[in-house]
Amino acid sequence: MSSSVSITLNQCSRTFAGGNTALQPLDLQVNAGETLVLLGPSGCGKTTTLRIISGLESPDKGGQVLFGERDVTALPIEKRDVGMVFQNYALFPNMSVADNIAYGLKIQRLPRAEIAHRLDEVMRMVDLQGFGERRIDALSGGQKQRVALARAIAVRPKVLLFDEPLAALDAKLRDRLRIEIGQLLRELGTTAVYVTHDQDEAMALGDRIAVMQAGRIAQLGTPQEIYHQPANAFVADFIGAVNCLDVISTRADGGLVVHGGGLRASHLQEVSTVYCRPEDIKVVPLDQADVKGKVVQSIFLGQTQRLMVDTGGASPLQIEAPSRQRWPNGTAIGLALHSSVLFHPDKPTTPVNAKEMANG
Amino acid sequence: MKSRLRFTLQLSFTLLVCLFMIVPVAMSVMAGLTENYFVGLESGLTLRWVNEVWQLYADTIWLSIKLALACLLITILIGVPAAYGLLRSRRRWANALEELLLLPVAVPGLATALALLLAYGSYREFRGSWLFILVGHVLFTLPFMVRAVLSVMQTAKLPQLEEAAASLGASFRQRFFGVVIPNCMSGILAGALMVVTLSIGEFNITWMLHTPLTKTLPVGLADSYASMRLEIGSAYTLIFLVMVVPLLVAIQWAGRLTEQRR
Repeated sequence: MSSSVSITLNQCSRTFAGGNTALQPLDLQVNAGETLVLLGPSGCGKTTTLRIISGLESPDKGGQVLFGERDVTALPIEKRDVGMVFQNYALFPNMSVADNIAYGLKIQRLPRAEIAHRLDEVMRMVDLQGFGERRIDALSGGQKQRVALARAIAVRPKVLLFDEPLAALDAKLRDRLRIEIGQLLRELGTTAVYVTHDQDEAMALGDRIAVMQAGRIAQLGTPQEIYHQPANAFVADFIGAVNCLDVISTRADGGLVVHGGGLRASHLQEVSTVYCRPEDIKVVPLDQADVKGKVVQSIFLGQTQRLMVDTGGASPLQIEAPSRQRWPNGTAIGLALHSSVLFHPDKPTTPVNAKEMANG
Repeated sequence: MKSRLRFTLQLSFTLLVCLFMIVPVAMSVMAGLTENYFVGLESGLTLRWVNEVWQLYADTIWLSIKLALACLLITILIGVPAAYGLLRSRRRWANALEELLLLPVAVPGLATALALLLAYGSYREFRGSWLFILVGHVLFTLPFMVRAVLSVMQTAKLPQLEEAAASLGASFRQRFFGVVIPNCMSGILAGALMVVTLSIGEFNITWMLHTPLTKTLPVGLADSYASMRLEIGSAYTLIFLVMVVPLLVAIQWAGRLTEQRR
C-alpha cells in the first residue's frame, strides 16, 4: 500500500454565492495514517471541509490545502490521488461490479494482469468474491457500499475520504459495515477523513474526532477526550446525553447547592452549572443520597433503562439504571453524584482518585 | 349486468373512434394498391402504382433519408452537449435558454422558413443545396433531442457519478465519454428516434425551403396529390407509412426502456 500522507488545512474558509458562510477560517491537521472523523449536525460545515480536502470544492482565497509537504490547493480532485466513498454510493449503473471497481485502475492504464490482481485483492478485502459480473441494480444497499469502498481503495489512494457512507443503510447493517470499515482502515493504514452525524460511528472509527458546529471546530480530540472532557455544552450535549444541574448557591464549606440536594466538587468553584453523564449517576438509598427526586418517566432500553427524575430543576435529570428493577412513576429516588463525574467545560477534570472513591 | 353494459358501450365507442381514424388510412393504402380506384377493388390489386412512385420519386425518398440521418448526427453532436450544459448550469438563465430552444417548435414552420430565407436566401449556392433544408430540420428537431436527453440526465444523478469518476482520476473527457454518455444512452435513443421521425415527416419548413432539385418525401407527396392520379398519391402514402410506422413503434419501445431504468 502507498505510504500514508498527512493533510493540513490552513485558514480554509468557504463562502457560497449569496454570502452564506459554510465554513469559518479553519486550521486542521490530520496526521499520516490517522483516521479523523468530522462530526456534527447537518449544516455544520463537515461535508464542506471534506469536499475542500477532496478538491471537489476550493477554499476561499487565502486558504491552503497540503498533502504532506505538497500544496494541492490548486489541483482538481482527479489529480489529488484520493479515494472517496459517497453516501448514495455513486456507482456507475452502466458497468458491472468488477468494471466499477476497476474503473480507476483502467483510468491509470495499468496492465491487464495488474488490474485483475488488484480486483481480486480488493474484492476479497470487502468480501465480494463472486460478485464481479453482477449488475449494480441487482445489489443490496450494503453490497453497493462495499463495491464503492472497493472502488475507492483499489486505486491505492494517498487519502481516503468518506462522506456519510453508512447513512443510507439500516441500523444492523450500519453496525456491521462500521466494524468492517474500521478493520479495513487499520489494515490499510491510509490517512482517512470520515464525515458523519452519528456519534457511535465517530467513536468507533475515529483516532480523533473533530466536533463541528456552525462552520467551526468546537473540539478536536480523541473519542475519550471528547466524551469525558467536552469543551463546551454543545459538544457535551451532541456526544451522548448530558445533565445540566444549575448551582443555586455555594455553602460555606464549598459544597454546591442544587435542586433536590447538594454536591461536593472541590474542582468546580464559581460555576453556575455542573454537568454529568446519565450513566455516572448512581441510584442509592434515600438516606445516602446527594440529590433526591421523583421518577417521572422510565424508558426501557433493553440493557438498561433511562429514568427521568424530577428534582425541582428546570428539566428532569436523566439517569441510567439497571433494567430489571422497576420504578413506577412518582417513586422517590435517591441519587449519588460523585465529585469525579461532575464536570464543567471551563474547568479541568480531576482524574478519578481511587482513595477518594473509597472514602466517598 | 350494469357493468357489462357499460363495458360494451365503452368498447363500441373505442372501436368506433378507431374505425374513424383507421378507415381513411386503410382506404388510402387500398387505393394505392388498386388497379383503378374509381372502378373499385374488382379491378384487381397491383403493385404498379408503387412501382411508378418509385420511378418518379425515388430521389425524394433518398433525400429524406439522407436529411434525417444528417439531422440526427447534428442534433446528437449539438443536443447532447447542450443538454449537459443545461444540466450543469445555474437555474435562471438555463431555463430561459431552454424556452428559447423550444421556440422553433412553437413558431409556425412557415415563419421559421421565411426567416431563414430572409437571412440566407441570397447565398445562392447554399439556398439551392439540401443543406439549407437541413438547417431548418435541425432547428425544428433539436429541442426534442435536448429534452429527451436532459430528462434522462436529470434522473441519472449524473453530478454524483461524475464526482465519483473524478475522484478515481478521470479527466473531464474520460468522465464525459465514460460516464455521462453511457448513462444517458436511453435518452439519446429516444431523442434520435424522435428526430428521425420528425425530420422524415416535416413539411411546413421544407415546403418553403425546397427547390425543384431538393424535394423531400412529404413535399413530393404534396406534389403528387396535386398533379398525379389518386392511385399514385396513395401508393406514395403507403411508402411513407412503411418508413415511418417502424420508427413510431421503436419510439414506444425506447420510451418503455427509459421508464424501466428509473
